[in-house]
Amino acid sequence: MNAREVNTLNIVGGRVIDPTTDADGRLVDIHVVDGRIAVIVEAGGALPSADSVLDASNAVVSPGFVDLHTHLREPGREESETIETGSRAAALGGFTAVVAMPNTDPAQDSRAVVEFVREQGRRAGLCEVVPSGCITVGRAGEQLVPYAELMKSGVTLFTDDGNGVQDPLLMRRAFEYSSDLGVTMAQHCEVSRLTAGAVMHEGSCCSHLGLPGWPSIAEELMVHRDIELVRITGGRLHVLHVSTARSVEMIRAAKADGLSVTAEVTPHHFTLDDESLRSFDPVFKVNPPLRTMADIEALKAGLRDGTIDAIATDHAPHADHLKEQPLDTAPPGMLGLETAFALSVGELGMDLRSVLACLSWNPARIAGIADRHGRPVAVGEPANLAVLDPGVGWTVDRRRLASKSRNTPYEGRSVTGRVRHTVLNGRAVVIDQVAQR
Amino acid sequence: MKHLRGIPELGVEGIVRILNLADHMVEVNRRPVPKVPALVGRTVVSLFFEDSTRTRISFETAAKRLSADIMTFSVSTSSVNKGESLRDTIETVSAMGVAAFIVRHKTSGVPWQVSQWTDASIINAGDGWHQHPTQALLDCHTIRTELGRPATEDCLAGLRIAIVGDVRHSRVARSDIQAFTALGARVVVVAPRTLLPPEVHTWPVEVTSDLDSVVADVDVVYMLRMQRERMSEALVPDLGEYSNRFGLDHARAARLRDECLVMHPGPMNRGVEMLVDPADLRRSVVTRQVSNGVAVRMAVLFDVLGDTNPEVAS
Repeated sequence: MNAREVNTLNIVGGRVIDPTTDADGRLVDIHVVDGRIAVIVEAGGALPSADSVLDASNAVVSPGFVDLHTHLREPGREESETIETGSRAAALGGFTAVVAMPNTDPAQDSRAVVEFVREQGRRAGLCEVVPSGCITVGRAGEQLVPYAELMKSGVTLFTDDGNGVQDPLLMRRAFEYSSDLGVTMAQHCEVSRLTAGAVMHEGSCCSHLGLPGWPSIAEELMVHRDIELVRITGGRLHVLHVSTARSVEMIRAAKADGLSVTAEVTPHHFTLDDESLRSFDPVFKVNPPLRTMADIEALKAGLRDGTIDAIATDHAPHADHLKEQPLDTAPPGMLGLETAFALSVGELGMDLRSVLACLSWNPARIAGIADRHGRPVAVGEPANLAVLDPGVGWTVDRRRLASKSRNTPYEGRSVTGRVRHTVLNGRAVVIDQVAQR
Repeated sequence: MKHLRGIPELGVEGIVRILNLADHMVEVNRRPVPKVPALVGRTVVSLFFEDSTRTRISFETAAKRLSADIMTFSVSTSSVNKGESLRDTIETVSAMGVAAFIVRHKTSGVPWQVSQWTDASIINAGDGWHQHPTQALLDCHTIRTELGRPATEDCLAGLRIAIVGDVRHSRVARSDIQAFTALGARVVVVAPRTLLPPEVHTWPVEVTSDLDSVVADVDVVYMLRMQRERMSEALVPDLGEYSNRFGLDHARAARLRDECLVMHPGPMNRGVEMLVDPADLRRSVVTRQVSNGVAVRMAVLFDVLGDTNPEVAS
């Protein structure tokens, strides 16, 4: 960047809620210079002038959100999403960083692919794209990826997402080998022998619809296995998209035992249940599947008591023609980036600060990017921020989403909680719900 | 009625309406020339994504007897195998001017998906393990006519019907249970736990794995087809054990009540679930089911498409 090009930005009239404030926050004006917060004064105080000014009156200023679980589809499936379109959806959703899942084609199991993904994210310039790495080569579950090598490209989260690592020996070795590298193994918990052909949650609804069931036990067996492997190896486990009540219980117990276990839940798993499949609309097909009301209550309780650390989207775009197929052939997955904040604020019954913790600073820590995301809003800190209207309602319209795909399960739903502006490295990438690039 | 996709959305009134129409169609089928002009000029497309020659021929016979033009969409030669989405297929065929699609698919729910993408009526000829409504209607028609009961909302009242075998993977069982119980029958399903659906306690049925305990005490024994591929899924140890526990053999057949009907949706697995020749049974109505199938499917086609000139068929 040219040295003369000093960028300044003021964010005025907002109420800051961050890891250091209480739930009420404090009213301030913020002056940002070259990506960092330079001055903070009480709202209405004297602030240096700036190139641009963001109005934050009646709004909340928060550290930007961090999504631990985003499918950007590039490289390999650009018909459904690109790193640019996905980044735009992320920015509009208040995210300043997303962890790119490695089930690309080719998979993110080499520095070449990881660097490509990171660079495409930089080029898009709408949020930081943080590549994850595979646990096994090609996500095939047979050979470990060179973790230390990928760490040189900044990878700290490894996952075969979409596949669980089935082989217990291989998973044991993955935990052991990685245990002194300080990286995290993020598991998609699914014993695949128990889910062959599965389309939806195995329960009374699937029983009546005659669809092959995805039983809760298929998740819980692997959650249990990996918790016990962490206990004997000293590895670090992050449980992706927890979906069942029993999984929540096991994670709660593991944390009480002091194990290095973290967990995330998706908005769709705490807002939609298996009854949605009565429509036979593949937009509701997702892996793991939508569960029952009892599971939803347990997931919410897990978020409230801190058993579940983070809300992650599992944003999984699929082009219309892929979803307009019979339920068995339609791919699983739904959009999430642009609706996550509203669903979290509107449907969890948690105070705003706790919601922000689950969307921002907790996932930033798990993603290994807490040096630049999920930071306090304080002088000297990087300006990765979201300006939020937690009480403003809007209606989800699939045609107006920025994602390249339209597979939102919330079409037509009235939700509460909107992202007004998003600031990435001191630049406003979203102003008044409009992406700036 | 616009569509016939499943028994629940048809409701008991709809079932009774079809059964009454079926009586008329049985009469048509007895004529020297079993053909009426009820659906002249209406185009019906049979869209069988899953092979079923018997069901397809039954529908095609029914459509021809009502003078509809029936086309067969052959999946093996179609663009479905060339990456076209289900929606594209339906919209393309629909654009040719189709009054009704008869849809058969290996996956549950396809008739509901298809109906979003066309103005044509949808008749479900079997979707996954979910519904096979014309089978259920022809089964109801068969039972009540064999017992000489009129087509009323409680025409199966007082009957106890055993459905034996692979209920879990059976669209016939799901639709039959809904239709039989809607008309007042009690249903007992007989199967090992592996062949029962999950959460079977939410179904309106009794459950047992002991066929011997029910054979002497039911009005209908409905044997389901046991598919050989279930062996590889560890759902039963082997076919011999299955036959021993759940097959209709001579000893069990001898204990049936005199008036007990024996039914099967076909095709039968001789030597697996049927260890006796149905011809040797006092009240096997398996071939009657097949002939009633044509009349009931005529009734369904007429109900869906013939509302503009109802007097033609009568």
